[in-house]
Amino acid sequence: MLALFYIFIGVAIGVSFWQITRIMNFRSVIANDKDNDFQGKMFLGFTVFLYAMMLYCLIWMNVIMLPESASVEGVNDDILFNITFWMIGIVQFIMQFLIFYFSFKYRGKKENKAKFFADSHKLELIWTVAPAIVLVVLIGYGLWQWNDIMYVGEDEDPVVIEVYAKQFQWEARYAGEDNTLGLGNVNFIKGINTIGVDMSDANSQDDKQVTELHLPKGRKVLFKFRSQDVLHSAYMPHFRAQMNCVPGMVTQFAFTPKFTTEEMRLRPEVVEKVDGINKIRAKNNAEEMYVFDYILLCNKICGASHYNMQMKIVVEEEDKFNDWLAQQPTLAEVIK
Amino acid sequence: MSEHHHKETFVTKYIFSQDHKMISKQFLVTGMIMGIIGVLMSMLFRLQIAWPEKSFSIIEAFLGPHQQDGIMSPDMYLALVTIHGTIMVFFVLTAGLSGTFSNLLIPLQIGARDMASGFLNMISYWLFFISSIVMVISLFVEAGPASAGWTIYPPLSALPQAIPGSGLGMTLWLVSMAIFIASSLIGSLNYIVTIFNLRTKGMKMTRLPLTMWAFFITAIIGVVSFPVLLSAALLLIFDRSFGTSFYLSDIFISGEVLHYQGGSPVLFEHLFWFLGHPEVYIVLLPALGITSEIISTHSRKPIFGYRAMIGSIMAIAFLSTIVWGHHMFISGMNPFLGSVFTFTTLLIAIPSAVKAFNYITTLWKGNLQLNPAMLFSIGLVSTFVTGGLTGLVLGDSALDINIHDTYFVVAHFHLVMGVSAIFGMYAGIYHWFPKMYGRMMNKTLGYWHFWITIISAYGVFFPMHFIGLAGLPRRYYSNTAFPMFDDVADTNVVITIFALVGGVAQLIFLANFFISIYRGQKASQNPWNSNTIEWTTPVEHLHGNWPGKIPEVHRWAYDYSKKVDADDDDSDYLHGKDWVSQITPLLPGEEPS
Repeated sequence: MLALFYIFIGVAIGVSFWQITRIMNFRSVIANDKDNDFQGKMFLGFTVFLYAMMLYCLIWMNVIMLPESASVEGVNDDILFNITFWMIGIVQFIMQFLIFYFSFKYRGKKENKAKFFADSHKLELIWTVAPAIVLVVLIGYGLWQWNDIMYVGEDEDPVVIEVYAKQFQWEARYAGEDNTLGLGNVNFIKGINTIGVDMSDANSQDDKQVTELHLPKGRKVLFKFRSQDVLHSAYMPHFRAQMNCVPGMVTQFAFTPKFTTEEMRLRPEVVEKVDGINKIRAKNNAEEMYVFDYILLCNKICGASHYNMQMKIVVEEEDKFNDWLAQQPTLAEVIK
Repeated sequence: MSEHHHKETFVTKYIFSQDHKMISKQFLVTGMIMGIIGVLMSMLFRLQIAWPEKSFSIIEAFLGPHQQDGIMSPDMYLALVTIHGTIMVFFVLTAGLSGTFSNLLIPLQIGARDMASGFLNMISYWLFFISSIVMVISLFVEAGPASAGWTIYPPLSALPQAIPGSGLGMTLWLVSMAIFIASSLIGSLNYIVTIFNLRTKGMKMTRLPLTMWAFFITAIIGVVSFPVLLSAALLLIFDRSFGTSFYLSDIFISGEVLHYQGGSPVLFEHLFWFLGHPEVYIVLLPALGITSEIISTHSRKPIFGYRAMIGSIMAIAFLSTIVWGHHMFISGMNPFLGSVFTFTTLLIAIPSAVKAFNYITTLWKGNLQLNPAMLFSIGLVSTFVTGGLTGLVLGDSALDINIHDTYFVVAHFHLVMGVSAIFGMYAGIYHWFPKMYGRMMNKTLGYWHFWITIISAYGVFFPMHFIGLAGLPRRYYSNTAFPMFDDVADTNVVITIFALVGGVAQLIFLANFFISIYRGQKASQNPWNSNTIEWTTPVEHLHGNWPGKIPEVHRWAYDYSKKVDADDDDSDYLHGKDWVSQITPLLPGEEPS
């Protein structure tokens, strides 16, 4: 019934449009000098709007940005990002200015004549070579950084953690004393063995399954990702880390946490952001105030509750981390 | 082609027409209807994003069983974003844009009486029509339409247990797309053959207007990449219906282990993006071609760097087929491939920069006639630059890690391919409307349409970059589960308001379009004083386009404001006026440009 009502409103708007345009002069169809003049000035006005918006977003929206990288590897990501963003920002400001200023400056007049200017190899060479040089820098830095993140050397002795995804929940498994994960497969999922660990594998015995992720500060962490149903993506924005979890294969990603959760809470950027959020929460009468925590969220569409698939991450000093891990029961104890 | 007139009935003239001009109008109107559906969907889910817990009677009205008390269900939210993407990318910007203007302009601008095969052309439209109908029908399936994202990554798209939309809704989606691909392939082959074989005397490849080059290369990319999507879809159909395991392996869902063994979703991602990335250029290149033509005509200046433009179209087309992996940096594929794809991806910046600079140089020292078509073309250059630049961030694998699948991506591709291509389409409609319907569109409504549209387009998509940089993932039904995103809520409200205003403003265009068909001022033969030869045909359409012989072409399409003294900008026009039709022979001693 309501749909019919809306359709009726739509028709009514259409009819009134029809009536208005009957009265309007439908003969005015080609821009004359007056139009050119006015539209040219509109372009100038639009430039002001665009620049105001760009500056607003760049400056005042800065407070909602992610705080500085909480992983050692992410620091270079941030530097590369800043270089790239400054560069494209400058190019953006110049190019938009040229587009709209020319549209204003050369707005047509009857007595004007356009310049016949069809080609200039020199100019074309400049704007082929200039971007190429900039790209060499960006590609070079980017590839160096990419290789630095993606390849984990054997001598780095990382803590191995399995992150396990399913609709709509994360779980994690630590490799235990031997720092080697036991094999896993969906065929082993049964009862409390929720992530399908092969208990006949000797490496599985000392593995530890948890629902909250703890990471040691200053030590490399190697994540192994698995999914049991559909694609998920393990996104840890504060660490500049993300990797898809793919059913049927194991993917991996590694980083070294740089600040503990406590340290991060005290960093000025985070304090400012948290204050801002809490002001908003107070206004909305939210029940509890927001306290900063690292978080792992799902970033690949995975079903109805995709928007609520998360796990808290705690980064602590290495000895505290070891204490915490020692308290967790091994799988051999849990699954008899 | 016989020149005597067949007796035409209503059916052969308006429905099963084989005339390219009528087919182009059919594509346009079908595309517009699909566009209305797609935009309406985006307005509905923008309401949900801005006010996640608020009840809207409009949602109650449109979503029926998929809402409760005016709040849409999470499944329906995902379905809306999925179908919005599918409709806008394929049905509006591929068929609606390419189908309309390739059909209308190819025979007219190369000097042919019709497409190489009018019959196949008709089939192409009707397949498109059927696929549109199937897609629309899928919206009314009980469990909801396809909802695994427009990229339909399996296993989500393969398992109805994972999301209800992957049942019948997904089947219809795949059927619709299979038919769509057939339509697109038939159309593309026709375009290629026509441009190769049916050019009029004197219309060398190097004299083709840039629109023709763009459509030509677009058709080639389509023929190269669409079949791969078809095979991807077929294998997915096998997995879904016949128990094969191309994409699926080791799955435990709803309490049981499924039988699939040995497949990989990454294979699907490769196949999908082998089309998916070129698709961006299938959408964008025709818009850029249209813009080249319009900016030149309305600047009263030759397009700057004609050959460089062709070169950059070809370079973009070539590169577009070897960059698909940049959608998959974090898919689990070998990191070495990531390095390769970063390299090839960033190279695209070079031909793109050449195109942008060439447009700007064409504006420089022009005599700009700021008609609505020209405004949309200038708007396209602006959004193309804004959206294209952020590609440098996303194409860099190291940076992509942290912004992959966030709103930064949404902002990027909407500006660079969505808004830009739509602007190109609008520009084309305003410019060639007189050729299509023999009447003119109203300029005042056109101006209103342009200004509201560009302001809301920037208002929607520019702030979106920044909420993406705040880490907000796309395709979230609601952000309330994460207190850390509370501070993007206000921005989301602003974006939604711009989106609603922009969406409603398209009514101005629709009104202008349909009223002008019947009541617009009668067009003169060449209202924009354009050089290309479609403007030498009579205003009244006739089968075969030109009444007598097809005119011979003597020059390129861009002899605007050619002067007696090439070095003196103020000297008299060589031909007495600021344009020289392609069919005008060279004067004695005149240098071809």
